[in-house]
Amino acid sequence: MTLLKRGLSRRRVLQTGVAGIIGTGVAPLMFTKGAWAQEFCNNPSGDTVTFGLNLPLTGAYAEEGADEQKAYELAVQHLNGEGDGGLISVLTPTALKGNGILGKKVAFVTSDSQTKADVARAGATRMIERDGAIMVTGGSSSAEAIAVQGLCQEMGVIFMAGLTHSNDTTGKDKRRYGFRHFFNAYQSGIGLGPVLGQEYGTDRRAYHLTADYTWGWTQEESMKAATEALGWQTVEAVRTPLGAADFSQYLTPVLNSGADVLILNHYGNDMVNSLTQAVQFGMRDRQANGKNFEIVVPLFSELMAKGAGANIKGIYGTSNWHWNLQDPGTIAFTKSFGAAYGAPPSQAAHTAYVQALLYADACERAGTFYPPEVIKALEGHEFDGMGNGPTLYRAEDHQCIKNVLVVQGNDNPTSEYDVLNIVQEVPRDTVAYDPTIFGGDLGPAEPAPMC
Amino acid sequence: MRVMSRNDLLLFVGFTVVVLAMPIWLHPFGAAYPDLLQRFMIFGIFAVGFNILFGLTGYLSFGHAAFFGVGSYAAVWSFKLLSLDAIPALIFAVVVSGLFSLIIGYVSLRRSGIYFSILTLAFAQMSYNLAYSVLTPITNGETGLQLTLGDPRSLDVAMGVSTVGQPVPTLLGQSLGGFAGFYFCAGFLILAFFIAQRITNSPFGMMLKGIKSNQTRMNYTGFNTKPYTLAAFVISGMYAGLAGALLAVTDPLAGAERMQWTASGEVVLMTILGGAGTLVGPVIGAWLIKYFENIFSAINDNILRGFWSFLPEGADNVMVTISSKFVGEGWFLTLGLLFVLVVVFLPGGIMEGVRRIAHLFDRKPKDKPGKAAPRPQPAE
Repeated sequence: MTLLKRGLSRRRVLQTGVAGIIGTGVAPLMFTKGAWAQEFCNNPSGDTVTFGLNLPLTGAYAEEGADEQKAYELAVQHLNGEGDGGLISVLTPTALKGNGILGKKVAFVTSDSQTKADVARAGATRMIERDGAIMVTGGSSSAEAIAVQGLCQEMGVIFMAGLTHSNDTTGKDKRRYGFRHFFNAYQSGIGLGPVLGQEYGTDRRAYHLTADYTWGWTQEESMKAATEALGWQTVEAVRTPLGAADFSQYLTPVLNSGADVLILNHYGNDMVNSLTQAVQFGMRDRQANGKNFEIVVPLFSELMAKGAGANIKGIYGTSNWHWNLQDPGTIAFTKSFGAAYGAPPSQAAHTAYVQALLYADACERAGTFYPPEVIKALEGHEFDGMGNGPTLYRAEDHQCIKNVLVVQGNDNPTSEYDVLNIVQEVPRDTVAYDPTIFGGDLGPAEPAPMC
Repeated sequence: MRVMSRNDLLLFVGFTVVVLAMPIWLHPFGAAYPDLLQRFMIFGIFAVGFNILFGLTGYLSFGHAAFFGVGSYAAVWSFKLLSLDAIPALIFAVVVSGLFSLIIGYVSLRRSGIYFSILTLAFAQMSYNLAYSVLTPITNGETGLQLTLGDPRSLDVAMGVSTVGQPVPTLLGQSLGGFAGFYFCAGFLILAFFIAQRITNSPFGMMLKGIKSNQTRMNYTGFNTKPYTLAAFVISGMYAGLAGALLAVTDPLAGAERMQWTASGEVVLMTILGGAGTLVGPVIGAWLIKYFENIFSAINDNILRGFWSFLPEGADNVMVTISSKFVGEGWFLTLGLLFVLVVVFLPGGIMEGVRRIAHLFDRKPKDKPGKAAPRPQPAE
């Protein structure tokens, strides 16, 4: 390294330095000069409007993500007037015309969120910044939903949450730009509590296994509150990492704990694995404290029930929706989803589909894509026909208030999809609660001057 | 004022220009959007820092993501407790990750070779598990640490600054979203690159290279190598902390998964793919991997169908089916193949490829290093 013969002159250094400073100072202006041309983030200027679908295609909730994607594709077809129109004809009141949204065709971009909050956020940013998504939707983990919702609040882009069941999504971490159609853990507790009391009595000792993140925490809390109100005791609540394939180390202590009910606050593959292993441990054939040992899965879905096979028989849980309901909305959705993909839709698919339609409907009613107006159109909106009975998008916390289903694993399934029986449809007045109990603050509707 | 050799200066200026012009030349590749550009910068810093340890001393750390994560958490806590300004957050994060790496380095550097790698891996995995499930009051576990309206932010309160709406990190009141965030990070990458260049060419850097080629001989000649390796380890940990803090600045959320062993492995891949021991190599490796992760993983069947549509009916479907295995969720497959190809045919990473190409054009004037080739130092 002896190439240097003489140093730089002071003049050279100054010249280069000044040029560099001016260059770095001016260059950014080139890219921000267009920022004020649109009055809000990703105002659709062409004849299409883009949805950003943020879906877990890998990870513990991959199956739900794949089903959501099918539902979104179906929703986009129906919004554009293709296919059989699905739920557009049964939504009341409706402003949808089946010609896109406000005359613009609906397109979509996707991103794999890997069931990780970090990745979900990066994916959502990409779809907003590069692909010009006007709205982000999807996700099947509450951690993802909360992370993306915070981002969307920053960027001024509406987030229509997919499958997220944590109380925090519309509680402590609620955001003005985030909306949830799915029910939550607190409502599961209110719905499931009385049924458990009726079936298993009031003198029980419960052991919780809980997925270690926001959803698991709040569901454990809600289930504890609901069961302890019945007179049950909570022996212990153990946290398990999300995506653990082997739960045996968490299940062994249950056997000697003196508990006679195991409550699995798990979802997706985690629940399939933990339930299957619990059954392999012989828990369902056990007697404890002179009673039959029981397992409860507070949040149930068809996909999980299918995955767990015969192990699910007779187990109680709650669901947001089930394809076997007999209202016109459910029948129409099951029919058009079945025709397209050859299988009945899961509750994840249903909530995804409904969210896409509700957003489109809100834009039509607002007459603009300007987020604050769309938010106003969604807040306090009362609608019917989407398969859950009359539903209210509550303005205080952006939580949909509707009926909750208590379901039980089917003892005699007639087909591989007929895995759950609806035990009870808990009316929405029963599961409504005071939105202030979880705290949190929605924040302002005015979009931030970024994006 | 013999500050830098002409080649080094050329390299530095060239690097600066390439980095600052990224929004322009990355446009045709579909990567010129702020979030990805920010990631290019941040992981570039991470890789440059990792190279100071691995490239110069030859100590292969498998736990660098721990420092990255610690930097992120420290920065987010600074946003929550002190101020939304980026400067205190960065300082705080670099100091915390420096201390953290001092402790881990002090223990791990008692061994070398594979034992050192395993020790760092073990520490990183411990940190990950602590962040994931033990220290949840500090890290918020899997959910990730986020800013909320109700944070104390004592410095901001004392200064009378109030935020409206969702709090976002700022720089002296300027928002750091979008391209502003990119240029902020780009400034740090250039600075980080400059410091790395200076370290490489300093006597300290020579010492580190000596340790890499033969530590025993260094010891016999009377040098105590331990302080040198520890210093390199801490510097490299501080780089990682800076990168982690910048990630929190551009996107104020800290999740435990960025401390996972896969994240540690990623930075090793970046460095080896680009060329360990070179200055530019790790940065190129980081850009390439982040590009694959963000662009290839977002390609779906529809895009492929459009790409292959020039083929006759039937043939395009076959091509879509084949190529769809390599994009979307299968982007790891493409990256793996690329990695295998590079390691087999270019053991010195992409920089070796650049050097070979430069060598082809450089036959006539013998033994003179090509000006165009950004090659500051031989790998060994």
